Amino acid sequence: MRSLRVLGVGWLMHFKLLSRSSFNSVLGIVYPLFFATVAFFLFREGSPHALLYASLGASVMGIWSATSTAAGGALQHQRREKTLELMVAAPVHFSLVMLPITLAMSTIGLYSMAATLAWGRLVFGISLHIAHPALFCLAVAVTVVAIGMCGFLLAVAFVRYRSAWALGNLLEYPVWLICGFLVPLSLFPGWVRPISWVLAPTWGMRAIREAASGGGSLLADIGMCAGLGALYTAIGVLIVGRLLRSAREAATLSLT
Amino acid sequence: MTPVVEVKDLRRTYRTSTGILRRRSIEIEAVRGVSFEIAEGELFGLLGPNGAGKTTTIKMLITLLIPTSGSAHVLGLDVVKDAYEVRKRIGYVFGGDRGLYERLSAYDNLRYFAELYGVPPRDQRRRIEQLLELVGLRGREKERVEGYSRGMRQRLHIARGLLHDPPVVFLDEPTIGVDPVGARELRATIASLTEAGKTVLLTTHYMFEADSLCDRIAVITKGRIVAEGTPQDLKAIVADKTVVEIETFGIAPETIERLRQAPGVASVSVEEREQAQVLHVHSAKGLELTQELLAMLNGTTVGRVAAREPTLEDAYVALVETA
Repeated sequence: MRSLRVLGVGWLMHFKLLSRSSFNSVLGIVYPLFFATVAFFLFREGSPHALLYASLGASVMGIWSATSTAAGGALQHQRREKTLELMVAAPVHFSLVMLPITLAMSTIGLYSMAATLAWGRLVFGISLHIAHPALFCLAVAVTVVAIGMCGFLLAVAFVRYRSAWALGNLLEYPVWLICGFLVPLSLFPGWVRPISWVLAPTWGMRAIREAASGGGSLLADIGMCAGLGALYTAIGVLIVGRLLRSAREAATLSLT
Repeated sequence: MTPVVEVKDLRRTYRTSTGILRRRSIEIEAVRGVSFEIAEGELFGLLGPNGAGKTTTIKMLITLLIPTSGSAHVLGLDVVKDAYEVRKRIGYVFGGDRGLYERLSAYDNLRYFAELYGVPPRDQRRRIEQLLELVGLRGREKERVEGYSRGMRQRLHIARGLLHDPPVVFLDEPTIGVDPVGARELRATIASLTEAGKTVLLTTHYMFEADSLCDRIAVITKGRIVAEGTPQDLKAIVADKTVVEIETFGIAPETIERLRQAPGVASVSVEEREQAQVLHVHSAKGLELTQELLAMLNGTTVGRVAAREPTLEDAYVALVETA
């Protein structure tokens, strides 16, 4: 019960904290719109289905970006502000401290998702017809949580290594590509596909598109996305103790 | 009686690398064999200049750093092996602007840390209100921390460190950068901690603060403890000395060196005060050196000159300079 409270209060406080940064909020909404605009121009000559494909892909790009790049930056900020030390010094498993932070980041990504879909509707006239609204919402929710869990695994590395925050930026564009946000996976060489399969956003993206279009193995994709998210969390929980001990040995919890 | 904090031959080395093409590893010994004990209910001061090893020592005691060697126990628990149990029983407060979530209100900051530090949900509201009252922030708790003055932030830090009512509190330079009135209020709050039965380790480089608050003091410099005792014990180190304070303007380093070598002079320390350099010249008690010293300062602009009894600060300076 205490664990759930720590997760819930942690998520709420960090969601408040992130949503009160006007600079980050504007950046989080405006920045994905540039990429979405490029995608809409590229797909404009195709069918309405292609535009919807691009619209949904661009909207999930925002959730991933909000987590991958923000996780590194936010952790570095916490390190600079010395709140990271206070979190580590708390008598609670560090996973319960870190997971709500990355979940709050991926939740913030919903702003950019909404902005991207609205941009597509208002500027490019892309109608969002959802075949299974309830399952669409479920697919989005599971994708957000799974991306947050993926961010948690990255954040654990960010805590140990001072320079690892740059890794988040490095992973932003490759994941856009290999998770099929804009380009179908079938266009990639065969060796890329196994990498895509172990990434939860791949399955989340598929589930969201299937919920909108009304076909395919929707529930299985949601299950894969949730399962991979749970796996990332389990790996993070298992390694966080060792990495924290290493951070205490190497004195990387603060910048001074 | 078993000490609440027991530190034995504690050492900590930092490794860092320099160079781009030819990476070179450098080792810095921040703490070099520190030992001390703190009894229950005692306010123990760790006094030292910047970079002396105070914060590194505290960070090892609060489990944020693993010692390179030696041992440290808090309430009988090993800070490395029993880190989780130690964390439940200690509070940590540091000085400066950081360590708070600026865009959250003071109340939300305390609510979040109350959750992390295991304050039972039914007690959280009452405990937060008690602490807001204690640190004088009642009525301002709904405001965002970004609008707080440095003194208010520091008081909020103290409230955060006491949320889970820890029996042992570590205060790392808690009054640094706080205005005199705010610092006085903070010192009153710190003094009230031992009245409430808590054991406190305070690091500071303000002599008067250590003198007025601490039951015992250890002076640390270059990673080693060079003296330990009550403020009176430390003052006794320089009790056989007298101090002449000479205010100078634009004194040359070689003149200071000449003063140091003068017969009867035990030591000379220099304190920068805006445009002035105030010399504190220590000599044996009863020895009248003022005229000789002024003669040696011929050519230097001299302001106020006064002889006085040695203070804890003089003892501290003497200890740090001879270390």
